[in-house]
Amino acid sequence: MSKKTYIAAITDALDICLEDDPKTLIFGEDVGKNGGVFRTTQGLQDKYGEDRVFDTPLAESGILGLATGLGVQGFRPIPEIQFMGFSFEAIDQIVGQAARMRFRFNGKQTSPMTIRTPYGGGTHTAEMHADNLENFFTGVPGLRVVMPSNPYDAKGLLISSIENNDPVLFMENLKLYRSMKDDIPDGKYTVPLDKANVVQEGTDLTIVAYGAEVNEAKKAAEKLAENNVSVEIIDLRTVSPIDTDTIFKSLEKTHKVVIVQEAQKMAGVGAQVASAISEDAILSLDAPIGRVAAPNSVYPFAQGEDYWIPGADEIVEKANEILNY
Amino acid sequence: MANKSVVDFEAIKKDLADLPKPIQVLDENSKVVDQETFDSFSDDDLVEFMKKMVWERALHEQTMNFSRQGRMGFYAPTEGEEASEMGTVLAMKKQDYLLPAYRDIPQLIQHGATVTEAYLWSRGHVLGNEYEANAMMPQIIIGAAYDEAAGVGLGIKKNKEEDKIAFTYTGDGGTSQGDSYEGMNFAGAFQTPTLFIVQNNGFAISTPRAKQTAAPSLAQKAVAAGIPSVQVDGMDILACYTVAKAARDYITAGNGPVMIETLTYRYGAHSSAGDDPKRYRTEEEVKPWHEKDPLIRLRKVLEDKGLWSDEQEDKLVEEYKSSFKDAIKEADEAPKDKVSDMLKRTFEIPTPEMRKEIEKFEAKESNE
Repeated sequence: MSKKTYIAAITDALDICLEDDPKTLIFGEDVGKNGGVFRTTQGLQDKYGEDRVFDTPLAESGILGLATGLGVQGFRPIPEIQFMGFSFEAIDQIVGQAARMRFRFNGKQTSPMTIRTPYGGGTHTAEMHADNLENFFTGVPGLRVVMPSNPYDAKGLLISSIENNDPVLFMENLKLYRSMKDDIPDGKYTVPLDKANVVQEGTDLTIVAYGAEVNEAKKAAEKLAENNVSVEIIDLRTVSPIDTDTIFKSLEKTHKVVIVQEAQKMAGVGAQVASAISEDAILSLDAPIGRVAAPNSVYPFAQGEDYWIPGADEIVEKANEILNY
Repeated sequence: MANKSVVDFEAIKKDLADLPKPIQVLDENSKVVDQETFDSFSDDDLVEFMKKMVWERALHEQTMNFSRQGRMGFYAPTEGEEASEMGTVLAMKKQDYLLPAYRDIPQLIQHGATVTEAYLWSRGHVLGNEYEANAMMPQIIIGAAYDEAAGVGLGIKKNKEEDKIAFTYTGDGGTSQGDSYEGMNFAGAFQTPTLFIVQNNGFAISTPRAKQTAAPSLAQKAVAAGIPSVQVDGMDILACYTVAKAARDYITAGNGPVMIETLTYRYGAHSSAGDDPKRYRTEEEVKPWHEKDPLIRLRKVLEDKGLWSDEQEDKLVEEYKSSFKDAIKEADEAPKDKVSDMLKRTFEIPTPEMRKEIEKFEAKESNE
């Protein structure tokens, strides 16, 4: 066991996978000598050589096309998109090409790649650097979307993603990179994909969250506990597909739910959770479904972020509304 | 203030337009213009080239017939492009990896897919993509394969496989998509064994080449990526083969990627789905290209040598067409593509929601 930041946990997972499987390759903009703009891949080129960890020209579509081509030749690529907003440039290669390889070829050819990309606000980056685009990508058949909320999960989920034989979009929360530390096992361990985590058990209200909002949910739960409200928190971990069974099970106990996401409210993960509950678990509820999400504006410039991203206070407010329904 | 510019931009523009002549072995009148290259082909070679073009033309004609009978799905006519398609693909080896676009079905078949599979692909059946060939399925997004061809090339290089390349096709329209540049640039930066082929057939559906780019040649587009490129007469199969073969030799010697622009023409519509070429081009414009027809050009040479006759060709066409009829019958017998199977092949491990959908569709399908 050792105390590791979220980012160090990710580096650790990459190191283990490079060590384990010579067919894994890390590439992207500045991932080599510079170790990535956040130092996520620091030291890996020195350890595994330029043949395994290398810089590419600055072109996201090219990076993802390269990954698909390398996959065809038997490699297991781990391409990096430097900031998630840059993935707009690679939509065809991710959605139109990689995600449908297995389908196109009846399984004869696949795209076993893990696309790593940082996302999320609160660090006052430039435009296009913080956009959380899971709402786009969770609608893509053939693509898994994984969003760890803590260092332990980040390492275990990343190893699971890399070992998975289908493409995974692995979204790393920028704000969590260095703001959080966990005691995590030193060697290899995995956290299963497609499985939500019950972060804390409770009986009065279920909060469904993912990514950095899991921490906001925890803060909100602490405040609600002061008024003797017992909150159950579910961390989705994989946001496509969504583990609805864990949510439904919780609702049978609490009968109330608030769904929290950092991204804009329109469509996407929270809407999908709400829709699944409405479709299959509505009779478990005795209050409307509560939602906390960012407003449907374009992702704000740095100065507006702090007001825009939903925090613990908004979760408490919405929780009280649902509890008092 | 002086009015005179420090740079003579007009002169630079003029230099760009000063292109070398496209490579030819036979000219429009079937006259040999490169005797040395011509002499490197045996009589058997020449007959073989002719047979391949006759095969492609017959494939086109029979497939158009099937299309008129409503028996095909998406089909992109190839008539006029036989020298470009067959010439380049015949220079490749079976171990090479092909990334074709939707008009490159004849190359895909030459590279190992069956005609039955090609027909199944046309009809939108997944069994059309299960071929043994070292090939990607035909690409619809016209620039995308260029990125992937850089990746396949890099994989070949990393695997240290010798005498093997990735080769890919796009059209004149495809060179306008950013991906075609990104792919060439990646291949150049990593010096991958990749051959990029642009079949410049004059039109991207209805948009003429002149409206596609102000660049005097499409081959020039490789220059920015640091890749050697060349224009070749795309109606001369001997030139297309010779240049593709030379490119392959150059690439497998470890020299990095090459780009070839073939100057060819699409006689027919963009696709069998119904664009009418008369709306965007005139008879006067098309006629001279028919006079450059790749089959006529080589046929004259073979007839002069006493190696070819109409009877021989008619017999071949008959044989080929009969094999295509067998192929479509075989395609007719393919089992129906089921929704439950589509769900099963979306992920290796189906999602919980998909497991429910699979069950639902399997129950429905078992009642059908």
